[in-house]
Amino acid sequence: MYLPTTHPWTRDQTLGEHLESRGVTRREFMAFCGQMAAVLGLSEALTPQVVQALQEVRRPSVIWLQLQECTGCVESILRSADPSIGDLVLDLVSLDYQHTLMAAAGDAAESALHASMEENAGQYILLVTGSVPLEEDGIYLTIGGRTGLEIIEEAAADAAAVIAIGACAHFGSVQAARPNPTGAVGISEVVRDKPVLNIAGCPPIADVVTATIVHYLTFGRLPATDGEGRPLFAYGSRIHDQCPRRAHFDAGQYVQAFDDDGARQAWCLYQVGCKGPACFSPCPIIQWNDHTDWPIGAGHPCIGCTERFFWDTMTPFYERLPDVAGFGVERNADLIGAALAVGTTAGVAAHAVATGVSRARAKRGTELPVVPAQPAAGGAAKEDSNG
Amino acid sequence: MARVVVDPITRIEGHLRIEVQEENGRIENAWASSTQFRGIETILEGRDPRDAWAFTQRICGVCTVVHAIASCRAVEDALGIEVPAAGGLIRNLVHGMQTVQDHVIHFYHLHALDWVDVVSALSADPAATASLAASLSPWPNNSATHFAEVQDRVRRFVESGQLGIFTNGYWGHPAYRLPPEANLMAVAHYLEALDWQRDVIRVHTIFGGKNPHPNFLVGGMASAINLDDTGTINAESFSKVQGMIRRARRFVEEVYWPDLLAIASFYKEWAAIGGGVENYMSVGEYPDNGQWRDADSMYFPSGVIFDRNLAEVLPYDHQQVKEYVTSSWYEYEGGDVGLHPWEGETTPRYTGPEPPWTYLQDHDKYTWMKAPRYQERPMEVGPLSRMLVAYASGHTDVQEVVNEALGRLEVGPEALFSTLGRTAARGVETVLLARKLEDWFDSLIARVRAGDVQTFNGELWDPSTWPSSARGYGFLEAARGSLGHWVQIENGQIRHYQCVVPSTWNCSPRDTQGANGPYEASLMDNHPLVDPERPLEILRTIHSFDPCMACGVHVLDAEGKEVVQVRVR
Repeated sequence: MYLPTTHPWTRDQTLGEHLESRGVTRREFMAFCGQMAAVLGLSEALTPQVVQALQEVRRPSVIWLQLQECTGCVESILRSADPSIGDLVLDLVSLDYQHTLMAAAGDAAESALHASMEENAGQYILLVTGSVPLEEDGIYLTIGGRTGLEIIEEAAADAAAVIAIGACAHFGSVQAARPNPTGAVGISEVVRDKPVLNIAGCPPIADVVTATIVHYLTFGRLPATDGEGRPLFAYGSRIHDQCPRRAHFDAGQYVQAFDDDGARQAWCLYQVGCKGPACFSPCPIIQWNDHTDWPIGAGHPCIGCTERFFWDTMTPFYERLPDVAGFGVERNADLIGAALAVGTTAGVAAHAVATGVSRARAKRGTELPVVPAQPAAGGAAKEDSNG
Repeated sequence: MARVVVDPITRIEGHLRIEVQEENGRIENAWASSTQFRGIETILEGRDPRDAWAFTQRICGVCTVVHAIASCRAVEDALGIEVPAAGGLIRNLVHGMQTVQDHVIHFYHLHALDWVDVVSALSADPAATASLAASLSPWPNNSATHFAEVQDRVRRFVESGQLGIFTNGYWGHPAYRLPPEANLMAVAHYLEALDWQRDVIRVHTIFGGKNPHPNFLVGGMASAINLDDTGTINAESFSKVQGMIRRARRFVEEVYWPDLLAIASFYKEWAAIGGGVENYMSVGEYPDNGQWRDADSMYFPSGVIFDRNLAEVLPYDHQQVKEYVTSSWYEYEGGDVGLHPWEGETTPRYTGPEPPWTYLQDHDKYTWMKAPRYQERPMEVGPLSRMLVAYASGHTDVQEVVNEALGRLEVGPEALFSTLGRTAARGVETVLLARKLEDWFDSLIARVRAGDVQTFNGELWDPSTWPSSARGYGFLEAARGSLGHWVQIENGQIRHYQCVVPSTWNCSPRDTQGANGPYEASLMDNHPLVDPERPLEILRTIHSFDPCMACGVHVLDAEGKEVVQVRVR
C-alpha cells in the first residue's frame, strides 16, 4: 500500500530517490513504467526512456480547480484502476489545491491556492473539472465570492499546462445541453492563449488521466491530440472498431430488445441505440474500475460520452444510428456524421471536429506546442524550463 | 459580534458558502448559500423520458446512482411499467452498495479530519495504537508494524514541508480531543478506506458497466443474466459480487463501526450540539420485490416525525411538499407562494451583490437553493431521519444497532438529535445495509437458480404503447436523504420534470415565515465557535449532513422557454 494522496516527495529529491525512500522496489517501479508505456501505446523499446525520465523528474505542483460540475470526475480518479498505479500517480505530483479532499476550508483553502500559484508560477499543472458559466456575468458559479470565470482566468495565466478533465471541462456537458440555461462552456473557450488538453468522457477513465500526466513528466510535453484536444493515445480509435461484440455486428447478430435472447448471448447493441460507431474512446481496451467491465460489456449501449455535445447529438440514446456499414467503416464515418446532423446543427460541427478535423491534423502531425515538465538538475531528456 | 465567512466549504460535493455571526464563542445566526446553478431540469424538456435517468444522474457524481434510479421509478410510475424482481434486486444491490461505500468515504475522507488531527498522530506509540485497535476489533491490519509504517510515512510527509491536501488544516486546534494513538489509528484507516472503496464499488461496474455513472434502464436493468455465456452476468460475475459484498461488510463491521464509536466517545459533548430543526422525514427505501410503491416491502420505512416526538410517526404524503423561493435567487409567476413539484417553477433571477462578495447575509435573497417545506415546516432528511423514523416505528434491526451505540457511548436517545447523532446514525445505517446486501444477493441467486433471470420488462418500452399524456413520481432514500422526481410526459416527450433533493431540504434557506433550514438551524443550536479564524466547529456540523450541493440546486419548468441553439465553435 502506498500513501495515495500524500506525497512526502521533497523538492530536492528526484522521483527515483523518492520512491526508493518510500520502499517502492525497482521491480515495482519498472512494472509501473511498463504498464504506463502500454497504456500510452508506446513500443516496449521506449520503456527504458519512461523509466529514466520518471526517475529523474522533479515533483510538479498541481492545482485542481473544480468548477461547474458534479464531482464525478474526481470520484473517477479516486477509483483509478490498479491501486498501485493510482496511488503512484497521485504520488507523482504535489496536489496543492483540491476541494473534495483538502483539509482546509474557506480562507485557509484559498490562501493555499494562492501560495502555490505564486511559488510555482509558470511551472504548475492546472487540472480543471467542470465548466464555466458565462451567462449573467458568470453569476451561476462563485467560489469564495468570486466567479468561476475570474478564478480560471487567474489560475490559467501562470500555468505550465492546462488539462481539462471530463465532459464539463471539455464542452460544458449536461449543463451545456440545449437550451444551456447558464451559458456553460468548456475550458478551451475561456483559456485562449495556451493549449488545453481535453481528457474527454463523462466521466473519463482515471487511467487516461494518470497516463497523460506520466506522458508529460516523461517526455516533457503533453501528448499529441486530435482536433478536439483529446490525446490520440486514448481517443485515437472508435469504440466500434475495438468492440469485443464487433463480430456480432458484422454477422448481423443484434440485440433487438433488452434482455432478449440476443442480449443473453452478448450480441451487438447497435439496434438498441449503441453509439460506439460514432464514439472515439478507449473504453473497450482499458475498461473501467480495475479492468472489471465496461458499459457495452455490461449490456448497455454506449451513449457516446467522449464526444462534444453528445447530450444533443447522441440522443435519443436508444435510437439507432443510421447507416453503419459492417465494413469500410472509415469511409462511412462521415455518413454517420451527416445522418446525425439532421435536425441539429451542433451535430455537424461536433462531428466535423471529431473526425474530419482530427484526421487532417493527425496527418499533418500536429501536436500541441511543447510544454516542458520541470526538469531535474542535470536530468536527461529535458530542456530547461523557465516557465 | 464577529461576522465569519467560510467559502469554500471543502470536503463536500459542490460549492457551499456558510456565513455566521459569532458572539462570545457561540454562533448566534447563520446563512447557508449554494453558489452553483446548472439548470438540468430545464434541459430535460422535450426529451425522451427513457433518456432522463442519464441526464439526472449527472446532477451528481458522488451519489451517482440515486437520481438515475429515482428517474427510472418516476418514468415507470408514469407509464405503468413494472420492474421484474431480479431487476429490482440488482437495483437494490447497486443502490445499497452505493450507500455503504458513500457513507464510509464520507466518514474517513470527508468528515474524519474534523475530528482527527493528522499531525498529532506523529506522537503516537505504534504498539499502544495496536493495543487500542485490538481492543476494538479483530481487523488483521491493526498491527504495531503497520501503524509504525503509516506513522513513518506521515512523519516524512510532514517533514517534507509540502503538505499537499493537508496544507493549512486546523492542526493543533483545541477542539481536537483524540489521543495520539486514536489519531494514528484513524489516519491508517483513512488510507485503507481509499483502497477499499474502489474495490467494493465494482458491483456497479458488473451491473452497470462503470463507476461513476453506471448505466440504468427504464423497465429494469440492461445487464442480462445467462450462466452459460462469457459476455453476460454469469457465475463468475456473481462470485465477484459476492466477494465485494463480503469485503464491504467486513470493513464496515471491523473498521468503520468500531472507529466511529471509539472516536465518538471522545466527543460526547457534540451529542448536545447542532440539533437543528427537530423535524425528520423519510420516504422509505429498499423494496424487497422491486415495487417501491408498496410501503410494506420497504426495508427502511417511510414516515414523518415532528418536534422530536418519537412517540408518533406520521405517514408521508407527497402532496404536503411545497417549495418556496423567498430567500432564493428565483422568482415565481404567482409571487411569494409555495408550489408543489407538479406545479414547480424555476426562473433564475439573481439579485445578490456583484462579485466578489463580502457578505450575503445583508441580502434577503442569498442562495441558489430553494426552500422545500413539508406541511409548511422545514425537515431534516438523511441517515438520521431514516434511523429515527425506523427506530420510532419499532424496526427491530435499527433499534438493536442504535441501542448498541447509545449503550457503548452511555447516552440516551435524545443524544441522537445532534451533530454527533447524525454522524452515528450514518454508521448504524451502514452496518445494517452491509448485512442486507447479503440478503438481496441470496434472493437474487435463489431466483436465478429457479430459472427467473428476467432483468427487464419491455412490454411498454415502445413509445407507441404510451398514453398521450401521463405523469408520475419516483421516490428514493439516497445516501443523503429523501429524493423525489416528478415527471410529466406528453406525446412521448418530457413536458415537465422536477426533483426535490436531499440537500435542498437540508441546505434550504429561510422561508416565508423566516424559519431556517436544517444547516442554518443546526449551526444556531447550542453551537460553539471558539476561534473565528479557524472555524473547525462549523465544518463538523455542516459535514455531519454530508452536503451534496450539485444535487441540491436544480430547476425545472421549461414550459415556454426558448430553445437556444447550442454553441459551436
